Amino acid sequence: MRRFLYEISESWKIAASQMRSNLTRSTLTALGVIIGIVAVTLMGTAINGIQTGFDKSMAVLGDDVIYVTQWPWARVNDWWNYRDRKKIKTEYAEQLNRMIAATPNSNLIVAVPASSLLRSVKYAENEASNIFVLGTTSDYILTSTVDCKEGRFFNELESRDGSNVCVIGYDVADALFPNSSPVGKLVLINGQQFRVLGVNSRQGTFLGLFSWDSMVVMPLPAFNKYFSAKSESDVRVKIKDKTKLAEAKDELTGLMRRVRGLPPEKKDDFSINEQQAFKSTLDPVKNSIAIAGLFITGLSLFVGAIGIMNITFVSVKERTKEIGTRKALGARRRTILLQFLIESTALCLLGGLIGLTVSYLMCLSIAAALPDFPIRFSVGLVITSMLVSVMTGLASGFAPAWSASRLDPVTALRYE
Amino acid sequence: MDKFDDSLDIRPHGAVVIEIENITKRYIMGQETVHALRGVSLRIHRNEYIAIMGPSGSGKSTLMNMLGCLDTPTSGRYFFNGKNVAEMNDDELAEIRNREIGFVFQTFNLLPRSTSLRNVELPLIYAGIDPETREEMAARALCEVGLGDRMGHKPNELSGGQRQRVAIARALVNNPSIILADEPTGNLDSKTGGEIMALMEALYRQGHTIILVTHEADIAHHARRTVHLRDGLIESDDYLPLMESDFAISSP
Repeated sequence: MRRFLYEISESWKIAASQMRSNLTRSTLTALGVIIGIVAVTLMGTAINGIQTGFDKSMAVLGDDVIYVTQWPWARVNDWWNYRDRKKIKTEYAEQLNRMIAATPNSNLIVAVPASSLLRSVKYAENEASNIFVLGTTSDYILTSTVDCKEGRFFNELESRDGSNVCVIGYDVADALFPNSSPVGKLVLINGQQFRVLGVNSRQGTFLGLFSWDSMVVMPLPAFNKYFSAKSESDVRVKIKDKTKLAEAKDELTGLMRRVRGLPPEKKDDFSINEQQAFKSTLDPVKNSIAIAGLFITGLSLFVGAIGIMNITFVSVKERTKEIGTRKALGARRRTILLQFLIESTALCLLGGLIGLTVSYLMCLSIAAALPDFPIRFSVGLVITSMLVSVMTGLASGFAPAWSASRLDPVTALRYE
Repeated sequence: MDKFDDSLDIRPHGAVVIEIENITKRYIMGQETVHALRGVSLRIHRNEYIAIMGPSGSGKSTLMNMLGCLDTPTSGRYFFNGKNVAEMNDDELAEIRNREIGFVFQTFNLLPRSTSLRNVELPLIYAGIDPETREEMAARALCEVGLGDRMGHKPNELSGGQRQRVAIARALVNNPSIILADEPTGNLDSKTGGEIMALMEALYRQGHTIILVTHEADIAHHARRTVHLRDGLIESDDYLPLMESDFAISSP
């Protein structure tokens, strides 16, 4: 055991001195690994970033909220079966709430209607266009992860009265009120004045498609008064226990069939969705991007590994006599095998470390230049890429190291 | 002198270190089979100084590889300190080479980028000796060959004779049963070669067992016993007349 340790430490010393004395060659060989590791780790950070962004987007939807919509969220192959469905009406929410209240031990807490469309919002000279205007009830805050950065959400009274009040998203506030507080100000939407009650804190985008921050939320009666035509509606239902999602969905399906008055032989003419539906649609896409990306970048690491293998073969060849001498002095097969494995691993590890540093710096500069670009550097990634480097070293060094360990000492000693 | 025979041998000697019986070695070179050794028997005792001579193609190098446990015979028996070497695997042979044999090569075979001290330490690393002891033993061996002041020098900073001394120190450091020197003066001028042979003589007088492989008769003359090989067979095995000093060192 002690001998094994001494042999290993000796091998590391040899590896270090080999790298020093063949500096150019080692650098060029390591460059292949550096490029490979940079490519793989950058791909890894991008995949990480996409995953994080995805999870964040999903979190905004809420894992304890289910959505009643006309169309299912998951991709469908038979769209024609859905196109004749009736629209979801905001009144369903009230009916649902009455039924929920009448059901003992209901898995559902509250149903919240939501109607929306895109409009421009103005204040003085400033205008923000393509703003997602949403009409809902004061219960909306129960189904949403949004909180107010400033001011407050509208209360039940304002919700029922349909006062001309609203809560604006972070980007809307930023665009219309660059230098002042929006709370208490009157903004114009479709020529109607709405008093700003609060500003939401920053939410980010949903899968990079649209921003939760360019949103204006107002009481449903007010929304219906001015915008009801052309709006899209859905009903969101908060559930009691997210571990009983399936039961909650079944219960809600039953309630919705009662609302729609569907006879038992008819199919559902609405869809019950939760964030899982998005995941099951998007996960295969995400995974195939990840696999393709890692495969392509992995190829560059593979090329780097071939470089290492090649240089280790050269090293074995030109040090044949040294191998013979070492064997004559008592080095066993294992010793020689280890020596060359450690040399190739040291080279890969060095390349990996440099590559990791380079990709870390690149991540920092990308993050500085493009704050929204999904890129994530993690400890797991560091460990993984170091492991990948070591594995690369071992894999690419094995064939030459094996051939070195099998050399016949007599032939090796005679080699010139 | 008489031919080798235990009952008649009056010379003082220790235990048998090497005993080979009728060993042969065949190589397949392309289409033909080369019989490098055709049945060689030899017994070498502790504290012998033996030269193995012969022209090229005589099987001299093959015998040396065999004695040095670098190679195993095709047939025949080889006992090293009573252990049957002929049946050992690669790693067991490496162990024997490490502990029992000190090699001195014609081309020195030092690691070019390592200091004298590190070169001499090498066999001790393979023997699993801890770093402090290793350094101490290597330093002592270097002092023994008169290179106490060259421990930090690399081979390219040393003269040919000094390099061979480092190699001899490396061969000595593990206190092996035999020192196997293959043309130790082949790459040196005659003056330096003489110095190296004087060092060998000194080691012999300290009680080391030395096997010298050479084709030069004047180098072989330093040995007390000369084995001539020809065509894979022992042609002659002669002892030099005893010197007075030979009695003094080997008495029990």
